[in-house]
Amino acid sequence: MTSPLLSVQGLTKRFGDRTACNEISFDLWPGEVLGIVGESGSGKSTLLNCLAGRLTPEEGSVLYETQSAGIVDVHHLTEARRRLLARTEWGFVNQDAREGLRMGVSAGANIGERLMAIGARHYGDIRRTASDWLERVEIDLARIDDSPTVYSGGMRQRLQIARNLVSNPRLVFMDEPTGGLDVSVQARLLDLLRGLVDRFHLSAILVTHDLGVARLLTHRLMVMQRGEVVEAGLTDQVLDDPQHAYTQMLVASILPV
Amino acid sequence: MPDTNQDAGSAYNYAYLDEQTKRMIRRAILKAIAVPGYQVPFGGREMPLPYGWGTGGIQITASIIGRDDTLKVIDQGADDTTNAVSIRRFFARVADVATTTRTEDATVIQTRHRVPETPLREGQILVFQVPIPEPLRMLEPRETETRTLHALSEYGVMQVSLYESIARHGRISKAYNYPVLVNGRYIMSPSPIPKFDNPKLDRNPALQLYGAGREKRIYAVPPYTPVKSLDFEDHPFEIERWPQSCDFCGSTESFLDEMIVDDQGTRQFICSDTDYCQERQENQRQEAERQEIRSK
Amino acid sequence: MLPVLSVRDLNKSFVMHAQDDLALPVLRDVALDVAPGECLALVGPSGAGKSTLLRSLYGNYRPQAGSIRVRHRADWVELVNAEPRVTLDVRRHTMGFVSQFLRVIPRVATVDVVAEPMMRLGASPEEARRRAEFLLGILGIPERLWSLPPATFSGGEQQRVNIARSLIADYPILLLDEPTASLDVANRDGVIDLIRTRRDAGAAIVGIFHDVAVRDALATRLYTVDPPGVQA
Repeated sequence: MTSPLLSVQGLTKRFGDRTACNEISFDLWPGEVLGIVGESGSGKSTLLNCLAGRLTPEEGSVLYETQSAGIVDVHHLTEARRRLLARTEWGFVNQDAREGLRMGVSAGANIGERLMAIGARHYGDIRRTASDWLERVEIDLARIDDSPTVYSGGMRQRLQIARNLVSNPRLVFMDEPTGGLDVSVQARLLDLLRGLVDRFHLSAILVTHDLGVARLLTHRLMVMQRGEVVEAGLTDQVLDDPQHAYTQMLVASILPV
Repeated sequence: MPDTNQDAGSAYNYAYLDEQTKRMIRRAILKAIAVPGYQVPFGGREMPLPYGWGTGGIQITASIIGRDDTLKVIDQGADDTTNAVSIRRFFARVADVATTTRTEDATVIQTRHRVPETPLREGQILVFQVPIPEPLRMLEPRETETRTLHALSEYGVMQVSLYESIARHGRISKAYNYPVLVNGRYIMSPSPIPKFDNPKLDRNPALQLYGAGREKRIYAVPPYTPVKSLDFEDHPFEIERWPQSCDFCGSTESFLDEMIVDDQGTRQFICSDTDYCQERQENQRQEAERQEIRSK
Repeated sequence: MLPVLSVRDLNKSFVMHAQDDLALPVLRDVALDVAPGECLALVGPSGAGKSTLLRSLYGNYRPQAGSIRVRHRADWVELVNAEPRVTLDVRRHTMGFVSQFLRVIPRVATVDVVAEPMMRLGASPEEARRRAEFLLGILGIPERLWSLPPATFSGGEQQRVNIARSLIADYPILLLDEPTASLDVANRDGVIDLIRTRRDAGAAIVGIFHDVAVRDALATRLYTVDPPGVQA
């Protein structure tokens, strides 16, 4: 724990007159899982996309400490370097698995793509690695040659996670990874994610509107409202002792079970 | 170089295309040669035959041909199919060039779906007719994205398609239009030639030009450029082999077409390259005659 | 003996924004020290803020002012307004918390729920599981339940799982919020034994024990938390 993995300073993103993210600053340290919570339109997904280099902010910087090339400003990298980073040291898990998967090819090929993209040229090795990952995300090995079109929603999401983690990324961005799934399927996915994050010492930034998901997966929370971070802290602090009016309202809105 | 004079009495410009168009196409060709395997867009013209009949190849041929050239046109290896005959006649008429069926005698060879069996030499130009120039098209339909993939050499997805083939068929089943890496940089579609011909593209002394009329793209492989067929270490690239030999010339080296010759389903295997096959038959006949004379 | 937990001038109130920013003061100028081998029992009437104090010590509640310092990896660390990663590191290595309520993680087997804090400290899964099984045995959780997730367990069983999880890592500082609530006498005694062993081995303990017998068995000192307004 010598320096932050990601350091965000004064990040501002506007869409015309509307400010989607205003002057956001924070550090993410290695091994931390940061949750960004807030309702729809609060700017949390926009922030995530700015962090991952998918959107360009108007102001501010996103500094990332690479494995070998020191600290880089994500938005001042060449497109080639940024894309390389995105498919090696980073992962991005979409809410809609169809956006994150190649639906036309088999599960094994989906997992193997990152390996092949960085030069793996041994079919047997690629397949073995793909099998290992299918096991880790609890997908039956017999399904390795099936296309994700015949997978259930939960399986697709687990496949998307395997496809991202196969390159041993250090930082994974997740946009509502459990959104749209049945509750029982969600629980399984959450548990799996939790285990993988622990096991591979991943750092992650997770956008969710589900405080239960945030409680289970994240160490820290940032609460966003209308493009501003209104409260931040340890996850249990924010949820058990919310300080800001908006956070108190959010926490009070959770349905008891 | 082409003669720019118009034929007396002809309503058409020399080699059909006007000089500005030919100049534009030549510029595209030069750029393509400078960046081997890179697809150069060009302002393709309407030709007097439909797309799919070799409009891309014809525009290239028209732009490079001159009166001193000798033209050969093949379609699936044959000089005598309708398409080959029409294109050969077209240029004999509009470009006033000599034509031939002999690979050795030709200076420009326009081809659809084959590379001649007879080794090419320096100074010859092989013009390919290309239906779909983008090798990544089937995997990534967005043109903006495929261009980015080429620009950044992000070719994982191409390898994915080969992986998929092995996963489904136990081997790389792609038999034609087998993707290649040109000069260690660009992945290129070799047009729908059988993969049997892929090794001939590698470090070939002749210049290879590829023209796609519908999509208006030109790309090139300059002489002696390395062309590598993609594969896996444990599933290396292999060309097809036949247990049979050619029923006409006996060749065991060439690409064979399988023909059913009667209602009983009798099969014959014969060379797809008609010139190569005839040449061999001719040589065998002469050899036999010599043997006969000697034995007398 | 020198303290390992030192609290000064601690103030905490809750502000309810939904109720016209109503402010409820709970802790006022709390000061206490706890040394290794001590068990400090928080006493005071219901609503005095014992639980709030305990949660503030763990970094779960955020005091407005004051200082909570803990001895952590041979250093003193301030927990009030600490960076999340500092608090997390203190929780991982130095401070354990036993609450009345287990936060159930779906699908994880009981033995792994218990073993997790020890594995986080670098123990091998086998070693951590062995220790987890040992603790579960002492706490009277039937072996057939070990491989099941604790979600469907009774309140008392969940409570004991939670205690096992909090004790497995041998934290130098332990915070206990009613550790024996909802336990029968036999299991209560098992828990008392475990905690006393930790205390005598040098853990500094702060706890809330409504059960006088438990308090008498464990506490070395009492600290009275005054209800807000008493001092005012």
